[in-house]
Amino acid sequence: MSATILTTENLNKSFGAVTAAREVSVAVPDGAVWSMIGSNGAGKTTFVNMVTGYIKPDTGRILFNGTDITKMSPRQITRLGIRRSFQIPQLCAELTMLENMLVSLSINRKHKPSYKRSARRPSQVDEAMDTLKRFRIENYHDRLMSELPAGVRKLLDIAMAISGTPRVMLLDEPTSGVAAEEKFPLMDLVMEALSKSNVTVMFVEHDMDIITRYSERVLAFYDGEIIANDAPDQVLSDKIVQQYITGTTK
Amino acid sequence: MTEFIFPRSIPLACALALAVLVVVGLILPDWAMFLATMAFSKGMVALGVVCLMRSGLVSFGQGLYYCIGAYASGLMATWIGISDIFLMSLLGIIASGIVAVIFGPLLATYRGIFFAMLTLSLSMILYGTLSKMSVLGGTDGLNVSAPTFLGYHPEGRALGLSLYMFTCAVIVVYGGLVRTLFDSERGLISLAIRDNELRVEYLGTSVRTEIAVTYIVAAIAGGIGGVISGAAIGHVDPEYAYWTTSGEFVFVAILSGYFSIPAVFLGSVVLEIVRSFSNLYFPNTWQMSLGIFLLIVILLFPKGLGSLLSRSKKPEKKQ
Repeated sequence: MSATILTTENLNKSFGAVTAAREVSVAVPDGAVWSMIGSNGAGKTTFVNMVTGYIKPDTGRILFNGTDITKMSPRQITRLGIRRSFQIPQLCAELTMLENMLVSLSINRKHKPSYKRSARRPSQVDEAMDTLKRFRIENYHDRLMSELPAGVRKLLDIAMAISGTPRVMLLDEPTSGVAAEEKFPLMDLVMEALSKSNVTVMFVEHDMDIITRYSERVLAFYDGEIIANDAPDQVLSDKIVQQYITGTTK
Repeated sequence: MTEFIFPRSIPLACALALAVLVVVGLILPDWAMFLATMAFSKGMVALGVVCLMRSGLVSFGQGLYYCIGAYASGLMATWIGISDIFLMSLLGIIASGIVAVIFGPLLATYRGIFFAMLTLSLSMILYGTLSKMSVLGGTDGLNVSAPTFLGYHPEGRALGLSLYMFTCAVIVVYGGLVRTLFDSERGLISLAIRDNELRVEYLGTSVRTEIAVTYIVAAIAGGIGGVISGAAIGHVDPEYAYWTTSGEFVFVAILSGYFSIPAVFLGSVVLEIVRSFSNLYFPNTWQMSLGIFLLIVILLFPKGLGSLLSRSKKPEKKQ
């Protein structure tokens, strides 16, 4: 059995009267592919935001590879190897796709970004193009973000997050806003690219077919709480999950 | 992506620019040489504003460093009797750098109008302080003795020409360094910060540090600009820190855009020419002339004069 790479212990988070996380405890093995389901406001994105340092839990601990990261900033957590993509892709609108990728590569080196080394040096441009090729979006390299289809923007968002040496990748609704017929090809591309990086993946998703096809284990969130944590078939056949999340109960 | 018409080799471009400026200087009449020296020194300060604009910030208080540089050199000449332009410039860099190191990290936590107003307030605090300090000349300011150049004491046209040449050398060297910075990894990160700070933080670098460093780079440019202006005019006063002076630098930065460094100095020269001639022919309405001129530039070149010096690669057709 693989060692645990990410552990959360009794995470609690409230925003005023709204409880966004209630005793959330998970232990994610290294190399696993897990998914998270739940209706809007169930606490999935809050979980992602807490793990990546965007918001701090009121109580509880988050351990990455044994290191307590609960109070670390997003930047520190990113440098440790936990990366994320966003439900709405966070890209630099005035830069081209290639330049977005070059920004990511410039930051995610072993050494700090340089005041002298050209960002557009051939070796770095080649590396950026190679990453874009892994996601099969290299043909758009010279386009601004406003010119890109939604699916391509999603892929670029993930491609930027994966540069360097990520250990855990959190994908927040990677197929949202993407046409139904493009969801599986997009996920195929993402999972293929991520598998080459040997990275632990946790993704938030609403499409149960994608959950079943791509994840080994599912966390079902309801009202800030994990109400099921098991293999996809087990979780999706759970009566409570069907009642509160998937709505498939008869 | 923008490709620049100028040679990609920065040292070659700098050498070429310096050669052209030197030749032009030799044939310029005295009044034009003075105008160019002033325009270039103010262009240095505007270049600092451009550095900040690349990160999405506008400083309305760059006069702070312009004034610090000018007073540092003026006081050095008055109190210690040192008038060597190289030493004066060094002191201007040190003085403005120290102040920027103190305020940079604090200001780097603010954005938008808050950053603009805080920079403005700092420069106005200096303006008020200098105006009330009789030991520093109060509102009358200080006279600055004619600069020397490593033991060379030029007079008359030779003085103006020497200062012009020194200014050209400074703007070419600093321009080359800033071009290197703009093309570097950090330079590209600055543009990314302008677009999306959240993304940059989540890629693993500190936005605050990047902005603080840019602020210091901008302050040093302001300090050198102040030293040269003080030496060229032979006088420094608190007006250097006044908000309208800072507004001029923002004016030049908007006029020039933030893609081309030569455009910043070109924009500064254009401003000086427009102001000089407006002042001559419309002494009571020259500010209005400047405003109309800026409006025309914004309408015709929304990305500034720099867009004339660069060309954008057309996007490939969709497949």
